[in-house]
Amino acid sequence: MNDAESIVELIPRLRRYARALAGERTAADDLVQDTLERAWSKLHLYRRGTDLRAWLFTVMHNVYVNQRRAARPSAPLDDEMPELSQASRETDTLMLRDLDAAIRRLPPDQREVLLLVALEDMSYDEAARALEIPIGTVMSRLARAREKLRAMLSGLPPGGGKQLKIVK
Amino acid sequence: MNSTEQDDAELKALSQALHQLYDPVMDEPVPARLHVRPRRWRAVAMAAGWVTAGICIGTFAGWQLHASRSSVALQPEVPGFVKRAAMAHVTYLPEVRHPVEVGADQEQHLVAWLSKRLGAQVRAPKLDSIGYSLVGGRLLPGDNGPVAHFMYQTEKGRRITLYVRTEATENRETAFRYAAEGNVKVFYWIDRKLGYALSSADLGREDLIKVANAVYQQLNP
Repeated sequence: MNDAESIVELIPRLRRYARALAGERTAADDLVQDTLERAWSKLHLYRRGTDLRAWLFTVMHNVYVNQRRAARPSAPLDDEMPELSQASRETDTLMLRDLDAAIRRLPPDQREVLLLVALEDMSYDEAARALEIPIGTVMSRLARAREKLRAMLSGLPPGGGKQLKIVK
Repeated sequence: MNSTEQDDAELKALSQALHQLYDPVMDEPVPARLHVRPRRWRAVAMAAGWVTAGICIGTFAGWQLHASRSSVALQPEVPGFVKRAAMAHVTYLPEVRHPVEVGADQEQHLVAWLSKRLGAQVRAPKLDSIGYSLVGGRLLPGDNGPVAHFMYQTEKGRRITLYVRTEATENRETAFRYAAEGNVKVFYWIDRKLGYALSSADLGREDLIKVANAVYQQLNP
């Protein structure tokens, strides 16, 4: 399979990641489209034999960063986390919908790391290379992301120690 | 369970939940705009003579260009056939009695005739699903040979025209490009042997691109 075919094969995975990252469908597909445009035009920079998927995720990361920069988002959500609805906390059951909402509320840097590791099953090392950051940063962002998720989904402040339980 | 195991279990549970949430995206059909392949765009060598000179812009744009997309800004000089298409549009647009030479009631004949004259298989896309029905078509002189000209209209009589000409070079494809010629808006593109220009005097750009997408999809099922 040549590179072009491989890229086409990977589109569904790029869409999945983009949806998790950007949330809304149109915005997610815009992200994928921009990523593909860039990838096709930069394909000569891809070193054959290396992981094409990782390379595409790097391209998407860069596009995503640029899009956010261009969009000038409102104040970062980092330290302010509105609580989710009480209803879902009746039991400790985590509703997927709440998880989606919680993911949305993570700071983008942390969301990316979390998704690469937990959704894309990348190792810390792979995630570090995809995002072009040190591995230590991957680990600290992941830890912070998980702590925030825990807090949002349990309604406790970060560090409250309550464990995330997921009941299918 | 020690804390590391607990931590791993939690991460695994999170991972499963994320897969449950987002895996369905992978089963969705991929939107057409993401299916575009890299297309190398070459300047159209016009009979009038502006030269290709190996200008080879590696452009690659979705068929559903957003108004804000930079690809549109990369627009090259508008090829001559686009002006001709716009002129044909305004010429036949107001025509009440003779908008076309051959009516849609003889569609098969129309398409066979135009294909024969152009020396290439042309087709009249079916646009009824978006509210445009074929009025018919005619043969026009173009700058490098005969041109097929199809007219469509809505129930309210709003008309669009599709200008189809043969291209000198095969295997060339371009993305959608947009041009405004006076008050006529035109989306044009080249797909292998044929060059297309879709014109409208009263549709906005966003509406016209929807029609252009429908035409493209009809021609490339």
